Amino acid sequence: MKNLKTLYENIGLPRLIIALFFILLVVASLLLGFSPAALFSDVVRRWLMYGTLVLAMVPGIQSGIGLNFGISLGISSGLLGAVLAMEIAFVRDWSTVHGAGAPWMTLLLALAFGVLFAAIVGTLYGMLLNRVKGSEMTVSTYVGFSVIAFMNIVWLSLAFTNGELSWPLQGQGLRNTASLSGSFGGLLSNPDVVQATQPEWLHWLAFRVGDFTIPLGLILVFGLLCFFVWLFFRSKTGIAMSGAGENQLFTTSSGINVDRKRIQGTAISTVLGAVGIILYAQTYGFLQLYNAPLMMGFASVASILIGGATIRRARISHVLIGTLLFQGILVTALPVVNEVVEIGTLPEVLRIIISNGIILYALSKTKGENQ
Amino acid sequence: MDDQYLLSMSNISKEYYGNRVLKNVNLNVKTGEIHALVGENGAGKSTLMNILFGMPVIFATGGFEGEIVLNGQPTDVDCPHTAMNCGIGMVHQEFMLIPEFTVTENIKLGREIGETTALSKLFGPLLDKLNWKQMSGDSRKALDSIGMMNIEEYTKVAGMPIGYKQFVEIAREIDKSGIKLLVFDEPTAVLTESEADRLLEIMRLIAQKGIAIIFITHRLTEVMAVADSMTILRDGEFVARKDVKDTTLANIAELMIGRKVEKLVEENLLGERELSDEKIALEFRDYYVDMPGERVRGMDVKIREGEIFGFGGLAGQGKIGIANGIMGLYDTAGEVLAYGKPMDLSKLGEALRHDIAFVSEDRRGVGLLLGESIERNITFSAMQIKDEFLTKIGPMKILNKSAADTHAKDMIKLLDIRCTGPAQTAGSLSGGNQQKVCLARALTMAPKILIVSEPTRGIDIGAKKLVLEYLTKINRELGTTIIMISSELVELRSLCDRIAIVSEGKVFSIMHPDDPDAAYGLAMAGVREEVAS
Repeated sequence: MKNLKTLYENIGLPRLIIALFFILLVVASLLLGFSPAALFSDVVRRWLMYGTLVLAMVPGIQSGIGLNFGISLGISSGLLGAVLAMEIAFVRDWSTVHGAGAPWMTLLLALAFGVLFAAIVGTLYGMLLNRVKGSEMTVSTYVGFSVIAFMNIVWLSLAFTNGELSWPLQGQGLRNTASLSGSFGGLLSNPDVVQATQPEWLHWLAFRVGDFTIPLGLILVFGLLCFFVWLFFRSKTGIAMSGAGENQLFTTSSGINVDRKRIQGTAISTVLGAVGIILYAQTYGFLQLYNAPLMMGFASVASILIGGATIRRARISHVLIGTLLFQGILVTALPVVNEVVEIGTLPEVLRIIISNGIILYALSKTKGENQ
Repeated sequence: MDDQYLLSMSNISKEYYGNRVLKNVNLNVKTGEIHALVGENGAGKSTLMNILFGMPVIFATGGFEGEIVLNGQPTDVDCPHTAMNCGIGMVHQEFMLIPEFTVTENIKLGREIGETTALSKLFGPLLDKLNWKQMSGDSRKALDSIGMMNIEEYTKVAGMPIGYKQFVEIAREIDKSGIKLLVFDEPTAVLTESEADRLLEIMRLIAQKGIAIIFITHRLTEVMAVADSMTILRDGEFVARKDVKDTTLANIAELMIGRKVEKLVEENLLGERELSDEKIALEFRDYYVDMPGERVRGMDVKIREGEIFGFGGLAGQGKIGIANGIMGLYDTAGEVLAYGKPMDLSKLGEALRHDIAFVSEDRRGVGLLLGESIERNITFSAMQIKDEFLTKIGPMKILNKSAADTHAKDMIKLLDIRCTGPAQTAGSLSGGNQQKVCLARALTMAPKILIVSEPTRGIDIGAKKLVLEYLTKINRELGTTIIMISSELVELRSLCDRIAIVSEGKVFSIMHPDDPDAAYGLAMAGVREEVAS
């Protein structure tokens, strides 16, 4: 009985409710006759698709800036990197020159650009957050929103020649949604793409076992990222950063420059955001520009909170559990709901309720601890 | 007998969470008398006043025992409002004034005088028109009655000198009709000398009008100058009620301090050592620390190698600032030399690199990572400063979990930290065990100089003894120089070689632990007087 109680306390009420809801949806969809394999594959795909964006929350929280709503900065950096890489690939005509290697080069170049931009922007953003200590989350929310507005102008004014990117009628500016099918879309996760474009020896990247789809390439990349973040927080710098997030005075009295650690944490978070959006686009098969990333910060924040993180402490396990539950519900809700009632927008409604609800819950919880 | 007193609080006892802070205390005040309430920090003065005012904190923690008799009537003061109705007022140490309001508005706040208008007839008195003329008149009268002719009732409080704010606050209390008893809570603490003198005069003026005054202060000279009688508290116990004319400064000081009999450190641990004035571990030269509330203002002191050196003194006098400045938590000026080498305190971690470790007085705020494991807490500083408990893998320095674990277990055993293991979070430990974790972190640095600030604050007597004994032990066995900052004189006197009493940010005097109680009391109060022993 006592063990049961500790278990309950460890899991926490919101996570318990969401987990039960998720299980309920899974059971319901199975009862309604959906294929378990398709369901499972979908959940895994979405889990990995959002995973890195949620992982980006960890350095932010650990270094003390709280929930990084400003992850849109990283997302924008990543998107900018991706469109630049695609444009270069198009101009240099990589697909005829390099064949199967072209998508890889584009992906790597996109990541390189994205990381570079994110590192610069993230450092500046970290310096900004040091000036607004105590209200980081408010400021980061606005920064997150305004950078999207700013990037809207950028997307509109970029004069690229790649037909996949620019508006079909050939004016200036980029499309709302650019397909990655000729580029790195699905390279790590879609069996059809891998088998069609890649040589035999790379077919392990994504394959099917019966009806199950195993995106092994993406699993490895995401796993590796998680491992690096985990390892980083066991390094001297990472431990100092965690300390800075937990107790500034303590860390200062141990001779550590707290402000610098916060900047590093913010920069790493932003960089992971850039990597995250590229992996997201890779899995999704499309680059979404303009207002599409507007609420991604909220979804990431909600995911890690559902996973059990607080606004001061987060672990890799929180990322894994939270993303699985949050995305799992969204994936399973749609078919189930469609079967029962005809409200097509319900998963969207559900997403808003869950994400805002859990953020509100987490914030109110923290205030309570302070009193 | 009782009816000669305006206020008589008898046999007052109060417990906070099983901790008895007041034991059968009596307080009697006559009409028109200035009665001083004196005692060290933590003697129970504030608690007694909270009871008198019926503060919610008292009732939220289970009420109190004893009786309050006001004007010969047993009175049940159950909330601050009742106290106000009974004619008890308070002049706060931190001003309860609204800066953007005028003097009149502040004085009349909550007791505004209104005129009925058509609107207020309909909607009630909240819509009364304010009678400014009468309100200004009242304020003027109150200000005049305390001799503050030069404060204009229509000026804003913001921007006034601190002393004036204090007088406005007094005027507000005077203006309340039927005021019989005024409590001044350390009113002179924030004032300049001339302002303080002025305040004392005003107190006499008020007392002449037949209003009784309870005067809480640490400054014994002020007590001697203005009070008629006094009550002395020590450790929550009533020591004496005396008339000022029957007593001397030294006498009061002695009663306030009172050497307690308990021995905190076993005699055989102490032993004798040779301390040399040639070998200086730490030297302060004209040292300033800008720590709000605990400013250090020009301190010069030399601490010898292998010594246990104490800093004592009242709260707010600056002893806490000394260590926080060295550790880089607040800005400093002046010179600090460790083993003759000057330190650049603007650089973070400078003290740690000079083998100085620090155990903070603010355990939860500075001393611990409450959400992290005991192991992380113990190893943090040594890891960051000395690269201990790390394994080098390529360019990265990664935590050596097993080394950290072993060390944490050793420390847990050594200091007898009661926990489930090194993985338990520091926040879930009891106060005493948290303190041991802080100590373990400092010891992991293998310091040559260990600064401990309020090492026994908020921990029980058993743990207290253990911590003090351990400090003595590392001093004797490892030769570590220990600087101990404490509000508890008994503690300092039981293990220190020398004790510096800090007053107004400076070392007032350096004393020997065997000096008489009266000398300590006077030094704490900042009074220079030769004491015949």
